[in-house]
Amino acid sequence: MKVTIDGIPVEVEPGTSILNAARLIGGDIVPPAMFYYSKLEVSGGKCRTCLVKVSKGSEKDPRPMPKLVASCRTTVMDGMEVQNITSPEVIEARKGVVEMLLINHPLDCPVCDQAGECHLQDLGFEHGAAKTRYEFDRRTFEKIDIGDKIQLHMTRCILCYRCVFTADQITNTRLHGILNRGDHSEISTYITKAVDNDFSGNIIDVCPVGALTDKTFRFKNRVWFTKPVEAHRDCDKCCGKTTLWYKGEDVIRVTGRKDVYGELEEFICNTCRFDKKKTADWVIEGPRKVSHKSVISSNHYEFTPLPVVKTNPVLMEANREQFDRDTRL
Amino acid sequence: MGRKLLLEHINVPGINTFDVYRSKGGYASVEKAIKTMSPDDVVEEVKKSGLRGRGGAGFPTGMKWSFLAKPEGVARYLVCNADESEPGTFKDRYLMTYIPHLLIEGMIVSSFALGANTSFIYVRGEMMPQIRILERAIAEAKAKGFLGKNILGSGYDLELYVQPGGGAYICGEETALLESLEGKRGNPRIKPPFPAIAGLYGCPTVVNNVESIAAVVPIINDGGDEYAKLGIGRSTGTKLISAGGNLKKPGVYEIDLGLPVEEFIYSDEYCGGIANGKRLKAVVAGGSSVPILPTNLILKTINNEPRLMSYESLADGGFVSGTMMGSGGFIAYDEDACIVRNTWNFARFYHHESCGQCSPCREGTGWMEKVLHRLEYGHGKSSDMDLLIDVSKKIEGNTICPLGDAAAWPVASAIRHFRDEFEWHVTNASEAVSRNYGLAHYADPLPKLESVAG
Repeated sequence: MKVTIDGIPVEVEPGTSILNAARLIGGDIVPPAMFYYSKLEVSGGKCRTCLVKVSKGSEKDPRPMPKLVASCRTTVMDGMEVQNITSPEVIEARKGVVEMLLINHPLDCPVCDQAGECHLQDLGFEHGAAKTRYEFDRRTFEKIDIGDKIQLHMTRCILCYRCVFTADQITNTRLHGILNRGDHSEISTYITKAVDNDFSGNIIDVCPVGALTDKTFRFKNRVWFTKPVEAHRDCDKCCGKTTLWYKGEDVIRVTGRKDVYGELEEFICNTCRFDKKKTADWVIEGPRKVSHKSVISSNHYEFTPLPVVKTNPVLMEANREQFDRDTRL
Repeated sequence: MGRKLLLEHINVPGINTFDVYRSKGGYASVEKAIKTMSPDDVVEEVKKSGLRGRGGAGFPTGMKWSFLAKPEGVARYLVCNADESEPGTFKDRYLMTYIPHLLIEGMIVSSFALGANTSFIYVRGEMMPQIRILERAIAEAKAKGFLGKNILGSGYDLELYVQPGGGAYICGEETALLESLEGKRGNPRIKPPFPAIAGLYGCPTVVNNVESIAAVVPIINDGGDEYAKLGIGRSTGTKLISAGGNLKKPGVYEIDLGLPVEEFIYSDEYCGGIANGKRLKAVVAGGSSVPILPTNLILKTINNEPRLMSYESLADGGFVSGTMMGSGGFIAYDEDACIVRNTWNFARFYHHESCGQCSPCREGTGWMEKVLHRLEYGHGKSSDMDLLIDVSKKIEGNTICPLGDAAAWPVASAIRHFRDEFEWHVTNASEAVSRNYGLAHYADPLPKLESVAG
């Protein structure tokens, strides 16, 4: 099937969503997705940041769709034409959604563990206005411990339901869900029952904001001072492929491997995540590639030599040893 | 006064019992449909009648039925949406309380037409007396052989269940209703797939309002063509209107669609005018979620034609100067009503009832409610009106279900038509707390439209 997104044609399988078609193209035209998670069924469709305009429904029925549609939950039709960043209407709606998402978010990034790898932070930076027009109290909650390894801070939650779907879909027993409705909704284990299973740690990784955090890592470090390294181990419960986050010689955090869209490639078990924090437990594969735009890579290895040197072949040759050292782990 | 179809025998004592209802010609449509018609004939009759969904959106019922997927070996369901919770609308509750057998009769015929062997009536949790009434009526009908196995010896089986909801407005949205009926949290589903393809338990399902289903009874009794003669244009038949607010005679009225609004408000046959000799200021014509209109625009359209109670005429002028039929919750406000307070009250309702799935609706309804609360209590700012309009625009159309639109429209329309009252609340804040703005110019005749030479 052929779809055109912002004027760029792409061939996709039937049944693909517009968002995934855009991800095949990549780049700026990929709509942001806060709630959608490709590994979780029925996720998405709720945050409305991925709204796009369908200017031509399909080859058979060329009428445009009357409303903006959620690209993560709308399947493509042959000959569909989609406008994302080329439509002012979409940009305006998205700006509105970002503002709404930030209304009840505390914006406590300076003290939040997620800062630096937070989707909402990225989204707000890219699409939001510098100021909010909201002048009322934001909702606040007490912090809740879900078991001994995970802490839930509902104040930061944007109610994406990802952790609910994770708990529902990758483990056998459903342990937590949503209480109440509207903007009083909260993620909760009913009567603060502990989430107790081997894969519960993944709800930390799927959380796009700092609502669910790893208690073994809380307030240990900022992510941009740590070095992500890919490693694996033989695990009888999961794939064992993880990212280790080093501070100096110490592994201070273990997470699953996240792709460019911040989604886990594979879920990992709690043993790998919480208990194996020695280099000796792991086989190191090499540094994790992090986009040079990300704040995580701001301090280290993806350092590119200064352009003035780079464009000068003589200097390049002369400094080869130095560059090699800089770009090495 | 036109002929009554649904409420014809409403004043007969004991009409809520099977025997009295039967003696007044009840269950004739079941006999007619099951014995002499095929399911497709019934659908065809309903299509011919032009009956439009009475729940609010006005989608043609016959069309909805014909969209129902009919794969082999998969059960089909009919669900009656009796989760009536729109502020200002109480027609379904009235119907279920006083003439429950009409709904059950309609359910049998409709289920037969759709080939459903299990049907549900999803009733809002607060309506406990109505649930008991319906259950008693179902037991009576079952005892007489109109429900259960092999109805009237035709070989058609139907089980009818009443399911109480938890009392959430959002469960009146059809997919949220289905989720709730399945025992889950009542969050609307993302469409497509529509319920006609994958609804209850993943099977094809039709969800209809109580009044739509009840209207099937006269359609089958008299024929679709006969029903289509009532009403005006594409708004056929009769409609129950729940008139409320500052009227002399509030209550449920059955009107022929096409009745002028002015006649409905002022004639003694219907509402009998405004209570206590006051003047009309504004009207919400179809339940809280439709745009509110000032007197001059509700009585006349922008082209100075009289406005009629029909789907088309009420919507005349679009969102600029029109409103919608909605679910027929007709609320009239007299000159002493405060539009700001009323808008705040509506916004508070939607804030409370938003399910919390989509971020624009979850956060936006709360935001609007807070701004309106501030305006009403004299702490407003002159920029608040533009802010409210902007927020309502950001919600409208960007959500999964129509609750976002329903929350945005009353606010946007109140500011569109009553902007000076809002501004007065800002400029005369201390006065606004103690007294109301009054009628002002809201009942003045509309200015003549100037025709632009083109």
